[in-house]
Amino acid sequence: MHNKTIAELSQGLANGDYSSLEITQAYLDRIKRLDSTYNSFITVTEENALAAAKQADEQRAAGQAGDLTGIPIAQKDLFCTEGVRTTCASKILDNFIAPYDATIVSRLNEAGTVCVGKTNMDEFAMGSSNENSAYGAVKNPWDTNAVPGGSSGGSAAAVAARLVPGSTGSDTGGSIRQPAALCGVTGLKPTYGRVSRWGMIAYASSLDQAGPFARTAEDCALLLNAMAGFDPKDSTSIDQPVPDYRADLNNSLQGLRIGLPKEYFTDSLDSDVQQVIQNAIREYEKLGATVKEVSLPRSELAIPAYYVIAPAEASSNLSRFDGVRFGHRCEDPQDLLDLYKRSRAEGFGREVKRRILAGTYALSEGYYDAYYLKAQRLRRMIKNDFMAALAEVDVIMGPTSPTPAFNIGEKSGDPMSMYLGDIYTISANLAGIPGISIPCGFANNRPVGLQIMGNYFEESRLLNAAHQFQQHTDWHQQAPAGIE
Amino acid sequence: MSIERNDVLNAAHLARLAIDDSDIEDYTQDLTNIISLADQMQAVNTDGVEPMAHPMDATQRLRADQVTEANQRDHFQKHAPATEAGLYLVPRVID
Repeated sequence: MHNKTIAELSQGLANGDYSSLEITQAYLDRIKRLDSTYNSFITVTEENALAAAKQADEQRAAGQAGDLTGIPIAQKDLFCTEGVRTTCASKILDNFIAPYDATIVSRLNEAGTVCVGKTNMDEFAMGSSNENSAYGAVKNPWDTNAVPGGSSGGSAAAVAARLVPGSTGSDTGGSIRQPAALCGVTGLKPTYGRVSRWGMIAYASSLDQAGPFARTAEDCALLLNAMAGFDPKDSTSIDQPVPDYRADLNNSLQGLRIGLPKEYFTDSLDSDVQQVIQNAIREYEKLGATVKEVSLPRSELAIPAYYVIAPAEASSNLSRFDGVRFGHRCEDPQDLLDLYKRSRAEGFGREVKRRILAGTYALSEGYYDAYYLKAQRLRRMIKNDFMAALAEVDVIMGPTSPTPAFNIGEKSGDPMSMYLGDIYTISANLAGIPGISIPCGFANNRPVGLQIMGNYFEESRLLNAAHQFQQHTDWHQQAPAGIE
Repeated sequence: MSIERNDVLNAAHLARLAIDDSDIEDYTQDLTNIISLADQMQAVNTDGVEPMAHPMDATQRLRADQVTEANQRDHFQKHAPATEAGLYLVPRVID
């Protein structure tokens, strides 16, 4: 049962092979039995889940079931869930019971999904390894010595370990695509503004975008159908019609023009990963696609631009955690300044403090033009590079991450080397374009992800390309040892 | 650009973040690393390029000046560390 995809479970529910209550209970049992190994959940919401499953079964009995009615999923713990603890993996929100639902949470609830819990993550989504969590590191189901990637590491690991068939994540610099790659699952970052950010705890508002994790592109299409769409409560949400993301899945790839950025295939790319990516590209050629080299000349500068923009926006966003209206407050504050300073010092972890300090510095008097404005100018140049490349090709492909999963502890003492690992994912956030990561092989016995990026609002094309690959390969069906 | 101890203390004060004396040196090194990474941007000529705040250059939407939300003060204040009579309590600011 736990090896079924969302599409298969949906069919089984429609056929009456099982009820939502039965499958929800089965997933809850798996979480109870196995998650002490992976630590992919911060909070499991058993009682709510069983009530929602029962309700889904009643809806189905009343003839009101949709594709997702009764499907268990997990929400990343940065989406507010009314009445349920929402920590963002931070001590500062350890006692925070969200007073309302994020828009994507209400949309997925309305679509009939059953939320079984809140997944672990890097604190405030800052990290690429899930080691920056106040609730402990997440282990990669393929090798528990390895990181699952981050920041949505718990969401990716939970899908890889078959603890849920799908989950949500957020992607500011690769936080959906990179853990999807490292855990051997499928993860989609939509176009900036496609999915509402309302009720998603903000990291870098001009880059943050929510998206789905599942084992297949088809399942991601089903989840995106429920998540996407205009939201007047998000001031940067884009008012554009939402297509049925399944509609184009079966289109032929004959004549699809694939661009390979020459800047992505250099010495900094692990040679085994490079081989796996080349094999995947050959598979696309067999499916009728054509391949040509393209150039994204500012690729390397995406990292410095990102590590100015993201910390700068974070330093502003995280000023709301002040120990006054919600969240942690220090004991016996001497005065208001002491209350702010100690509540924040006690509540935030090391990486969060590092980025708040860097962002505050970059925004401080005399430095704003040299850092934030400069990064925004560079951001436009990076976008223009993508637009030039995407005028010649339909999609851009390459590795999601320069290496497979590294070991827990291997990079935690060296944040700079961790930052450089985001090289292939960050630029899509800066440009605001969509990207998907799909499993395409193994290096050093750990999963490798193929990244496919496309033009604004071309999620359907990415899902089509991913789905066709998954119809002709079985990388996405492989399960970590001991999971089958 | 080299970061000094005072730069860290100043940023920490602006960010309302207490820092242990024993950590200042580490943060100085962290900030030095991040800012030297950021300084790689200075090698690129960006003259005449408009800063990009939104990928589609969207601007803030305006809406009609109408009340759309109900007052949920009591609901939201349930999560506050200290409140009284609908107010958030903090240490005395003015004697």
